[in-house]
Amino acid sequence: MLDARTPLLAVKDLQAWYGESHILHGVNFNVFPGEVVTLLGRNGAGKTTTLKSVMGIVGSRTGSVRFDGDELIGRLSNEIARAGIAFCPEERGIFASLNVEENLLLPPVVRPGGLSIDQIFELFPNLKERLGSNQGTKLSGGEQQMLAIGRILRTGARLLLLDEPTEGLAPVIIQQIGKTIRTLKQQGFTILLVEQNFRFASTVADRYYVMEHGRVVESFANSELDANLEKLHDYLGV
Amino acid sequence: MFEIFGIPSQALFGQLLLGLINGSFYALLSLGLAVIFGMLNIINFSHGAQYMMGAFVAFFLLHYFGLNYWVALVIAPIVVGAFGVLIERLFLQWLYKLDHLYGLLLTFGIALIVEGLFRNQFGSSGQPYQMPEQLTGGQNLGFMFLPNYRAWVIVLSLTVCLGTWFIIERTRLGAYLRAATENPTLVRAFGVNVSRMITLTYGFGVGLAALAGVMAAPIYNVSPQMGAELIIVVFAVVVIGGMGSIMGAIVTGFGLGVIEGLTKVFFPEASNTVIFVIMAIVLLVRPAGLFGRRA
Repeated sequence: MLDARTPLLAVKDLQAWYGESHILHGVNFNVFPGEVVTLLGRNGAGKTTTLKSVMGIVGSRTGSVRFDGDELIGRLSNEIARAGIAFCPEERGIFASLNVEENLLLPPVVRPGGLSIDQIFELFPNLKERLGSNQGTKLSGGEQQMLAIGRILRTGARLLLLDEPTEGLAPVIIQQIGKTIRTLKQQGFTILLVEQNFRFASTVADRYYVMEHGRVVESFANSELDANLEKLHDYLGV
Repeated sequence: MFEIFGIPSQALFGQLLLGLINGSFYALLSLGLAVIFGMLNIINFSHGAQYMMGAFVAFFLLHYFGLNYWVALVIAPIVVGAFGVLIERLFLQWLYKLDHLYGLLLTFGIALIVEGLFRNQFGSSGQPYQMPEQLTGGQNLGFMFLPNYRAWVIVLSLTVCLGTWFIIERTRLGAYLRAATENPTLVRAFGVNVSRMITLTYGFGVGLAALAGVMAAPIYNVSPQMGAELIIVVFAVVVIGGMGSIMGAIVTGFGLGVIEGLTKVFFPEASNTVIFVIMAIVLLVRPAGLFGRRA
């Protein structure tokens, strides 16, 4: 039923390498407009590398990554960003040599339709209070994560790639991030999420792809989560 | 005339002024080196040759095109900066992922070639370059005589240095530069053309060297070795200030110029070596330099 629509992001036979090591061995998946799709899998399954390959920041890649019909393989990462994809890395990537405001305003606006600063502060009221802080990296882990998500909402990108946004955060902050992702989905953002924590993912995701050894090995909708729980435990080793 | 510590005020202030002049050049040149190192991770050993090229472009403009000093102040940095852009596109861009040593050797080789070509063409004796009329003469300040041109050099150098600091530390463009120095991959993934920014940064740093060259032309002669002599001291200044620190480069540049000037008054025998002695001490106590961040 879902597959009758045109995917916003269509990944086919994606292979990726870091130097000599072959990380992705033919990844296939689709993300439809307005969906929250989660990539699950153990450490080293290739989830982060998949996001980075979409973004064009791995060593080399082959196969096909189509965004809104345009082929992204072979394009530079700054061109990919300009096409309307924004990336929030696992390590958050807050810049130590920039203050909080500079960090927030750093990513250039690539197309109209992004959130205004006030809308971002509505989502993350804490950020507004910390705006005067001197160094972005002096913020707490949760605040850094909010800054890392907040800054890519300004850009007008329609597809957000979020790499483990809940990693290492307190439960109350994880809840706030979950709420934010649901709000963003309501506002029409399409989100591709990488998560280890499938309990968190189950509060936001429409569909899941499970990765293992650089391939997608399973996919199911959120409504099928309970039926797949046992298999998922095996895949994730939890 | 009065005396301070048994030194006539004329001599003291005269050397202090000379120190500030030298410091102006140290600051401008080490600033360019710091900007280039911060962004490209390249130790630009051809900086002295590019400074010399700036002076020669001013000389050519005056003698072949009749264009005066003021025009040269604008044109020479652009011409030599464009030469820098060419060097970056042709050679340097392939070296960023390698050890610092490769960039250093390449730019050192470029310096030797450029200086060799100029020496072959113009000989090693210098060519005089006329001071612009508007800046001849000077002011008698009572305790010393201040030549107008020297005052201009200090003011212009300070302005350019602080302007550069402002652009890098306080503007949006500067935020891109700082962020790209820290994590170029992520800045590129935000949609910024980092490669072009790196190329232009090198062009800008080289342009600063050329600007210093034009400013130096009326004071020192325009000669092929003028950069090679200066650059060794400038590298000592950069090592003392700490690689990659913008304000560090400026403060250390002016500060060491003044220290060198004062040494000429109080202990002339050490004036040529004082900077290197300070460098040795700083390296022992703070290996990353006075303003450097530990990598």
